[in-house]
Amino acid sequence: MIIVDNVSKYFGEKQVLHGINTQFEEGKVNLIIGRSGSGKTVLMKCLVGLFTPEEGKVLYSGREFHHLPDNEKLLLRKEMGMVFQGSALFDSMTIEENVTFPLDMFTDQSESEKLDRANFCLECVDLENVNKLYPAELSGGMKKRAAIARALACNPKYLFFDEPNSGLDPKTSLLIDELITKITHDFNTTTVVNTHDLNSIITIGETISFIYQGHLEWRGSSDNILTSDNATLNDFIYAQPLTQRIRPK
Amino acid sequence: MFRQLLITLGDYLIFLRQVFSKPAKWSVFLKKWVFEMDAMGIGSMLIVCIVSLAMGSVITLQTAIQIESGWIPSWTVGFVARTSIVMELCPTIISLLLVGNLGSRITAEIGSMRVTEQIDALEVMGINPASHLVLPKVLASLIVNPVLCVFSIAFALFGGFATVWITGCITTYHFIDGLTYCFRVYDVVYALTKTCVFAFVMSTVASFYGYRIEGGALELGKASTQGIVVSSFVILILNVVITNIML
Repeated sequence: MIIVDNVSKYFGEKQVLHGINTQFEEGKVNLIIGRSGSGKTVLMKCLVGLFTPEEGKVLYSGREFHHLPDNEKLLLRKEMGMVFQGSALFDSMTIEENVTFPLDMFTDQSESEKLDRANFCLECVDLENVNKLYPAELSGGMKKRAAIARALACNPKYLFFDEPNSGLDPKTSLLIDELITKITHDFNTTTVVNTHDLNSIITIGETISFIYQGHLEWRGSSDNILTSDNATLNDFIYAQPLTQRIRPK
Repeated sequence: MFRQLLITLGDYLIFLRQVFSKPAKWSVFLKKWVFEMDAMGIGSMLIVCIVSLAMGSVITLQTAIQIESGWIPSWTVGFVARTSIVMELCPTIISLLLVGNLGSRITAEIGSMRVTEQIDALEVMGINPASHLVLPKVLASLIVNPVLCVFSIAFALFGGFATVWITGCITTYHFIDGLTYCFRVYDVVYALTKTCVFAFVMSTVASFYGYRIEGGALELGKASTQGIVVSSFVILILNVVITNIML
């Protein structure tokens, strides 16, 4: 479980996160949702240690991430996998090298063991016959899946996805959502997904934290998000004409 | 402006501290180091050789034209050409050429990794990106640039010799006599020391400007230019300082 305790983040004079309190549960898909510029990505970067919050703490199974000694922080980082918005695959490496890269860095496995693991991870995300291709030769959806395979390589306990559906067509988005759910339940990971894709919100959000202008505005699940009486949340959920049609009267 | 300069200098020193930390895995580091040496050395060899040939040829011709006098012995052409080539032209001009060639490549490579979140991905994995990406480049340039400088000296001297032979401005015998006159190994040591210092400046400054990019393609272009300008400026200042100390 990840507990976010009163986290605030400033950039110069500007406060971007205002005392966020929430938690992300083990074996569940936990969503952070909100409009563009609401602070979702900043919160996620605070979670994974790319930003250090000025106030508050982030606890991973009781371990306070930002105040851990370097060696313990490194151990905790090895338990994390992250899929970035633009996939962030290493351009100069093939897909196979991308997936084996974390194994090269952190394990003493033999080449064949690493290759087996890479093939297993690529199979998990339904990617076959792409081992020797470079990221530039893949479509957006395939890149996302390859990035997920890389994130899975070291068998992480915590998985983070930053806007996994951005730039993908609706059908590929569905596939990615299914994959996220499957991986979370199969490997019992604590998965945190940063999204504003309504379909993801409704179908895969087991816990949902709604961020509005840097504040935690609402917390719940996909079961009660459509019936919430929070006006700000409803403005966000029912912003599009299509969703207005399914709005309960 | 002075405050901004101090802040940038401080950031650069902090960056260097991150760069010179123990690599996460030595086997991966060695692979990257060899790869960088290959990419830097082989990639720059042709341009270095062409420029050096031309430089040696021109400096020999210009010296021969300037000292067309019965009072100055003709072997002076070889002596002046060798001294200029070994002590100044090859270490400094070739280093400035490499700033444009290798430095801009380093800034663009690291900068595009920053823009596309590849550096963030390394950090999340628990890898020190500065050490992983930059240290092999710095150490590779410390090996490759002096080797290129030696090649450059050889090609420049050969360029001078070929010019003398083709134009007949002086005899090749006198030219070689001048080349070997009062030769000091210390001059080569001085040249290679300068090259190593310039290589360090080139690789670290170029990496620094690439590493701290914020934004997109526009900033990448700006950073690349800034990296080249700052590296060249620092190299020119250090050239004076090192010359003052070593000679």
